[in-house]
Amino acid sequence: MSDQTNQSLAPSKPRPWKNPRVHGWVAQITLLLGVVLFFAYIFHNTQVNMQAHGISTGFSFLSQPAGFGIIQSLIPYTPASTYGRTFLVGLLNTVMISVLGIFFATIVGLIIGLARLSHNWLIAKLAAIYIETFRNIPLLLQVFFWYFAVVETMPSPRQSLHIGDVIFLNIRGVYLPEPVFGPGSGFILGALILAIIAVIFIKRWAHNRQMRTGQQFHTVWVSLGILILLPLLTFFAVGAPLTWSLPKLQGFNFTGGLAVIPELTALVIALTIYTASSIAEIVRSGILSVSHGQTEAASSLGLKRGHVMRLVVLPQALRVIIPPLTSQYLNLTKNSSLATAIGYPDLVNVFAGTTLNQTGQAVVIIAMTMGVYLSISLLISLFMNWYNHRKRLIER
Amino acid sequence: MKTLRLVAAGTALTLAMVAGTASAGATFDAVKKKGFVQCGVNTGLPGFSNIDDKGHWKGLDVDVCRAVAAAMFGDASKVKYTPLNAKERFTALQSGEIDMLSRNTTWTLTRDASLGITFTGVNYYDGQGFLVKKSLGVKKASELSGATVCVQSGTTTELNLADYFRSHNMKFTPVTFDTGDATEKAFESGRCDALTSDQSQLYAWKAVLKDPSSAEVLPDVISKEPLGPSVRQGDVQWFNIVKWSLFAMQDAEGLGITSNNVDDLRAHSKNPAIVRFLGKEGDFGKMLGVSNDWAYNIVKQVGNYAQSFDRNVGKDSPLKIRRGLNALWKDGGIMYAPPWQ
Repeated sequence: MSDQTNQSLAPSKPRPWKNPRVHGWVAQITLLLGVVLFFAYIFHNTQVNMQAHGISTGFSFLSQPAGFGIIQSLIPYTPASTYGRTFLVGLLNTVMISVLGIFFATIVGLIIGLARLSHNWLIAKLAAIYIETFRNIPLLLQVFFWYFAVVETMPSPRQSLHIGDVIFLNIRGVYLPEPVFGPGSGFILGALILAIIAVIFIKRWAHNRQMRTGQQFHTVWVSLGILILLPLLTFFAVGAPLTWSLPKLQGFNFTGGLAVIPELTALVIALTIYTASSIAEIVRSGILSVSHGQTEAASSLGLKRGHVMRLVVLPQALRVIIPPLTSQYLNLTKNSSLATAIGYPDLVNVFAGTTLNQTGQAVVIIAMTMGVYLSISLLISLFMNWYNHRKRLIER
Repeated sequence: MKTLRLVAAGTALTLAMVAGTASAGATFDAVKKKGFVQCGVNTGLPGFSNIDDKGHWKGLDVDVCRAVAAAMFGDASKVKYTPLNAKERFTALQSGEIDMLSRNTTWTLTRDASLGITFTGVNYYDGQGFLVKKSLGVKKASELSGATVCVQSGTTTELNLADYFRSHNMKFTPVTFDTGDATEKAFESGRCDALTSDQSQLYAWKAVLKDPSSAEVLPDVISKEPLGPSVRQGDVQWFNIVKWSLFAMQDAEGLGITSNNVDDLRAHSKNPAIVRFLGKEGDFGKMLGVSNDWAYNIVKQVGNYAQSFDRNVGKDSPLKIRRGLNALWKDGGIMYAPPWQ
């Protein structure tokens, strides 16, 4: 009896086939299934037909010897290395150019963005001209400009520009002395790591103390002191195990020392200058988004101008800055593939270029290359989202 | 942008694969139906495929495309050209974007066996060499140890270069560019000590330097580079047309038929070989699936191999390349076409 009453009192549940929620689920699953089937069909068909056309495919080529040279490699590489190795070399070169580009573009962009907001008329106008010029010229042209019009007009190795017998600059690149660490260098590295850990603790302690007592601590100077002194003392304690390998002209080229190839220089400059112009505008928009009342309030509390910017304006501006900044970082990474136009050995050049041509594995290689760019972009996005989350406005 | 094109070509390839396999004669029928030959050529290599000041494609490789069009349609102008860089060329052919590839491409085992394409013959016997600035004072390739070498990416050249230096225990630094233009510019600016490529290209590039006499091609040849046209696998009829169009030009030279005397010979010659060649006897055209006067059309409109060679890369051109290996077998070269029987 009671069962029946309960049933009649409860809101009548619609039959599954009439339930809009079920409809939604069924539609979603059908769509997903369709998409998966579609791609499975394309994949299968491509394989079957490539086989029928006599085009061999698969990943086995990755373990075959590549047989060609690469100008710059962060890991040991010779023409006897495998195609898989060329993939890694290209990948690392792409990562390197992206990291360098992002690092410099952020610094230059921040400076130009702040400069455009400067009360000094000349500085503000110069920054505006910079932004409007470089943002509106196609990146490829800028890459060509820096490579063919600037870097490639340097003198030949025999007429190098030089500072003493230590640093040389010519059309083949910049040659710097390379530090060669002897035995015992591990201790110095250990000391540096120790110093970094110490600095982190000091920062925490200083922060807590300021929260408790309101007293400030000269964290910056103390940290700097520790970071420099500790490794330096260790360095002398283990007997200064450091020598320099100097570049020397031998035959056609310089040998020894650290060589920075002109393709890298040109590409970093072009990517930095181009991306910085966009980052500058993002920084400006972020800072302008913080209401002027905040600045005035901070000033009336007696904060210095530097402190107003660092403690009040920038933290709030960051919330606005980070999402578009992420897009700029992604753009820079993807734009780094223009490297191939000036012979910088990035992934597109050595893998989607030379390797593709030597092996003819177009489908596999292009898929792998796209996968790499997708992964790098997603990683940057993940990191920036995490950072954005940390910097979000905490409402109390 | 190159990447974009490559990706597009890759996608096209995938889609073409989806569309289904080609049956025998498919390319031949498709070409016949659309009324022109889609021919993949170099984006710009003086003497081989280049656009002249009137906007026409000219060159030794271009002449092969024109010969095929003359054979198919009796009209050498029924060609549409697709300029391709080294990276794009095979994908373009595999995907069906072009019907044939005639782009100074080296015939190798890997390319025949694993790319789904097949070479139809050799229209230029080349070999890899080095172009150096005279001011370097280098006289032989073996003096190049430690040199920086400019090279175009996606070519057999890169492999030969590494092989050569490895086998001679010499060091080198490669600087790899996407296009021939960029390679040549980098060499001219002094980025590299030497530029390496097929010798024919070296002569072409030397000719466009600001001061051609400042550089020289070293005498060493470090590889075999038989350059020739190629087609997709799976259509023997089309393969035969492309193959025999080139042979026709070479046989015409052997028989002494030129575009100037071909009409006269067709009207008056009693030489059975010439009569067969020009299609007055036999059904050679029909066997191939084209008209019987196809060889006449090739010679009349494109010329024989000697004419094409002299006009584009030989004595009547700025390149002034000697016939050398590319002379007919009876003149001391190795060009040899099968007989017209």
